[in-house]
Amino acid sequence: MIRIFESLFVPIAALLISLLLFAVFVSIAGVNPLEVFYSIYRGAFGSWFSWQNTLVRAAPLMLTALCTALAARIGLIVIGNEGAMVVGGLCAALVGIVLNGLAPFFVITSMVVAGIISGGLWIGIVGALKYYRGVNETISSLLLNYIAIAVLNFLVVGPLRDPATLNKPSSYPIGEANMLGMIGDSSIHWGLIFGLMTCLLMWFLMKRTVFGFSVDITGGNVRAAQISGLPVGRLILTTCFLGGAAAGLAGMLEIAAVQGRANTSLNAGYGYAGILVAFLARHNPLAIIPVAILLGGIRASSGLLQRSHELPDATALVLQGIIFVVILASEAFYGRIKWFKTKEATT
Amino acid sequence: MSKDITDKNVNATIDANFDGKRRQVLKGIAAAGITGLAASYGMSPAFAAKKVNMGFIYVGPRDDYGYNQAHYEGKTAVAAMDWVKAVDEENVPETIEVVKTMESMINLDGTQILFPTSFGYFDPHILKTAPKYPDVMFLHCGGLWDANKHPKNVGSYFGYIDEPVYVSGIVAGHMSKTGKLGYIAAIPIPQVLRNINNFTMAARSVNPDITTTVIFTGGWANPVKEAEAANAMVDQGIDVLTCHVDSPKVVVETAEKRGVYSCGYHANQMTLAPKGFLTGAEWNWSKVYTDYAEMIKTGKPIPNLVRGGFKEGIVKSSPYGPAVSEKAKKHADEVRGKFTEGSMVVYKGPIKDNAGKTVIPAGKQYTQTDIWLESMDWMVEGVIGTTKS
Amino acid sequence: MNGEDVGLFGILIAVLGGAVRVGTPFLFVSLGECLTEKSGRINLGLEGNLVMGAMAGYGISYLSGSPWLGVLVAGLCGIGFGFIHAMLCQQKGVNDIAVGIALMIFGTGLAFFIGKPFIQPVAPRLPSIGFGDWSDSPVVRAALEINVLFLLGLLLAPAMWWFFRNARWGLIVRTVGESADAALAMGININRVRMLSTMAGGFLAGVGGSFLSLYYPGSWNEGLSSGQGLMAVALVIFARWNPLNCLYASLLFGGAAALGPALQSVGITWGYYLFNAAPYILTLAIMIATSSSRRRVAGMPGELVSR
Repeated sequence: MIRIFESLFVPIAALLISLLLFAVFVSIAGVNPLEVFYSIYRGAFGSWFSWQNTLVRAAPLMLTALCTALAARIGLIVIGNEGAMVVGGLCAALVGIVLNGLAPFFVITSMVVAGIISGGLWIGIVGALKYYRGVNETISSLLLNYIAIAVLNFLVVGPLRDPATLNKPSSYPIGEANMLGMIGDSSIHWGLIFGLMTCLLMWFLMKRTVFGFSVDITGGNVRAAQISGLPVGRLILTTCFLGGAAAGLAGMLEIAAVQGRANTSLNAGYGYAGILVAFLARHNPLAIIPVAILLGGIRASSGLLQRSHELPDATALVLQGIIFVVILASEAFYGRIKWFKTKEATT
Repeated sequence: MSKDITDKNVNATIDANFDGKRRQVLKGIAAAGITGLAASYGMSPAFAAKKVNMGFIYVGPRDDYGYNQAHYEGKTAVAAMDWVKAVDEENVPETIEVVKTMESMINLDGTQILFPTSFGYFDPHILKTAPKYPDVMFLHCGGLWDANKHPKNVGSYFGYIDEPVYVSGIVAGHMSKTGKLGYIAAIPIPQVLRNINNFTMAARSVNPDITTTVIFTGGWANPVKEAEAANAMVDQGIDVLTCHVDSPKVVVETAEKRGVYSCGYHANQMTLAPKGFLTGAEWNWSKVYTDYAEMIKTGKPIPNLVRGGFKEGIVKSSPYGPAVSEKAKKHADEVRGKFTEGSMVVYKGPIKDNAGKTVIPAGKQYTQTDIWLESMDWMVEGVIGTTKS
Repeated sequence: MNGEDVGLFGILIAVLGGAVRVGTPFLFVSLGECLTEKSGRINLGLEGNLVMGAMAGYGISYLSGSPWLGVLVAGLCGIGFGFIHAMLCQQKGVNDIAVGIALMIFGTGLAFFIGKPFIQPVAPRLPSIGFGDWSDSPVVRAALEINVLFLLGLLLAPAMWWFFRNARWGLIVRTVGESADAALAMGININRVRMLSTMAGGFLAGVGGSFLSLYYPGSWNEGLSSGQGLMAVALVIFARWNPLNCLYASLLFGGAAALGPALQSVGITWGYYLFNAAPYILTLAIMIATSSSRRRVAGMPGELVSR
């Protein structure tokens, strides 16, 4: 009980401290921090419209965050989210273009499968290189990002280009019938449901199954896992595949719910933001949901900050940076705060 | 019309979902916020709702010395009029984020007329958002509005920037000693190719042996690549450089450093290259945006498709640099005069592409307004390079 | 000399000149990262240091009129960011990669925020030395315009190499990076060594950033860095944690970046996206070829292995 209380208290305290630091920052920039906070609230959570804005931005972050979070549970630091998302989106678009004209349900399902498998294999490469060749997974996944983006750029300007897209080179469309629509009469697309479901599913897998338990053991100590006879190689590959699959699914949703075709907008930075979401959620798939919503909210409010206070776009980056730095610093306080310790002793 | 929309939306947004006590507190803050805002714009809240309310969206930073800055300057010009309220947002990617930015401007700021200025905003983002807000005008820069396919509250506007580029080409043709010109461009898209072709044809009208070498950097803002491209071109004996990237600053400065001539783009870069700057092609968005604002104010119908060049005042040439010869100036002024009176036809057959294929046969011609020119995918004879990636 | 010869000669010159011009920021950031990693920590935040350094260098040069003061301040910003990184990483349970990414976001955000007023003005740039002034060819002269910072980097690489091998302090840094336990047993204050290494590494990254804004391409704007700071981390692995190799690898990466535009300038225009991706593919290939699951990569600090 105390531990749950602590795991809520520490991040909330950190959040408050970072908001305080941000307040100092905007004051120096000559803007009233209270007005700024009210704008953030209004832009992110102040109305149903703002909530929709926030949730739509949070959806891809939930999925890309899983890419880092799952791999981290088995002890690997993977930052290839952007690349996996790009590859997943690209392959899903390819499948959609080829199958365009068949029954939409079949096309969409095939696109989901394509996104999942391609993204999964992409990060699977990272896991395999680590396990079989000892290649540093952080660096290899970083390099794979650049390679994926170059492949995307090449294909949409070159072989896949639809000449009708004129000044924004893009692939041929997947077809209006194969687009995922909005949930009800909201302006939130189905990506949010995919994101929430995947996080829940992965939470169940990681926290409630033997597989998840084995992953945690391996993540804690590879030697111990090997000695106790766990199939370490298979665990690493499967976990990496699942992480990549989540990011690949994010790419597929970007194609099927937003763009309708592949172009350079697939590479919009959701991957890199996902890395931070994963770390802030301490790699817990369930905690990813609120963290992604928080970050989505900050991004959603960025526009209002520009419009209402004439602050530059980078203000939201500064706020994100401060929050992340402070929350990461707060990691050090787990189990160290006297108040919680004494209480634990007395109960 | 404007007042209704503004009040309704703003109130709906602010008042939604609050319980009593919190609402009071927030209203207090809101009031403080609004007065603070009003003060900074120099207006009182009572008049705010009657203003023409415009929203501008840029894909890059406001001050990039190039494309986005040109629009930002246009926005600044309309915002200076006391009957206009203008908001803007920078670095908005061509994803669902631009949809949300547009909706946010409509819902939270009461914007009646939107100017999303990047080409990639058009399809699908504007086309899907516009039907939901029939009272708002979505005017897109660069797109091609089609009465049969597109919503009625969408429009597009663009300037024939290729006209001043043609004038730059005339000057470049006169000033080049080596007969080799260099064009540094982002990616091979119709707008870029049309500029390259105009520049080359203009220069070749002065001296038919001139060639233009093209380097595609693969992205709209990649300063290191642009500088490398400029250096590589100068090493190959190219002595006039120009470019089509978001910010021409690096190319113009590198040309000056290497002692070759440069032609600017998007905005006036004369101060960056006091010796070698020849002239340049500039936008004049403040004219376009002021016109739109006037139309709304006076309740005139807004045209869905606006195009224009020198004649309409949407584009202009930068002043000549000190190096430009009298002969070049005279020739360039003459050509500009022809554009202004509308008698200039650039794409008059026979025209071959740089692979030797005849693209426009003899006797056929495409005037400036012809939309066929807006889907150009070829480079004219005399250009060294291909459109393949 | 016919046209063809001028073309090939031009390509060679452009690539060599580009290796130096484009490679210099890589050199500084990779030397900084090398020092940090030798002490047993990875700092992915150098991208933030680089952008911050570029902005601060340009801004200070504009305000004070002295580009060298700008370089110094850029370095000091790097020291500041290095301090924050080291401070956070020495806390229990804080991951250095995560802190790096957080600082990358914070650094770029802060630089974009503060840097707005410095995009338009023209600041005094760093001078260069014309080593090619003997030549009649303007091409050769341009390629041999060498910036003083590159020369400093050229000296720094062997100096750092010597430092790791022979200097007492160098040995201490290596020991800390090799085995924290051994260092503890020797009575070394691990946190202090890592903090100083990260701060010094941050200084170099900041200076690398100032080269971008104050010399080549020589202006400040938000698109200035195309990930040079992140790439440096890969470059250090490419260089097997050897400062001398960092020099060669930086020149190679710089030359690779110059090759695409140089080929296009003589009309070889296909595959520019491929050329853009070439350094990354090459690095990955070399990593795969030289790694092994059984033994540790030669030169890799032991403290980086266990994770």
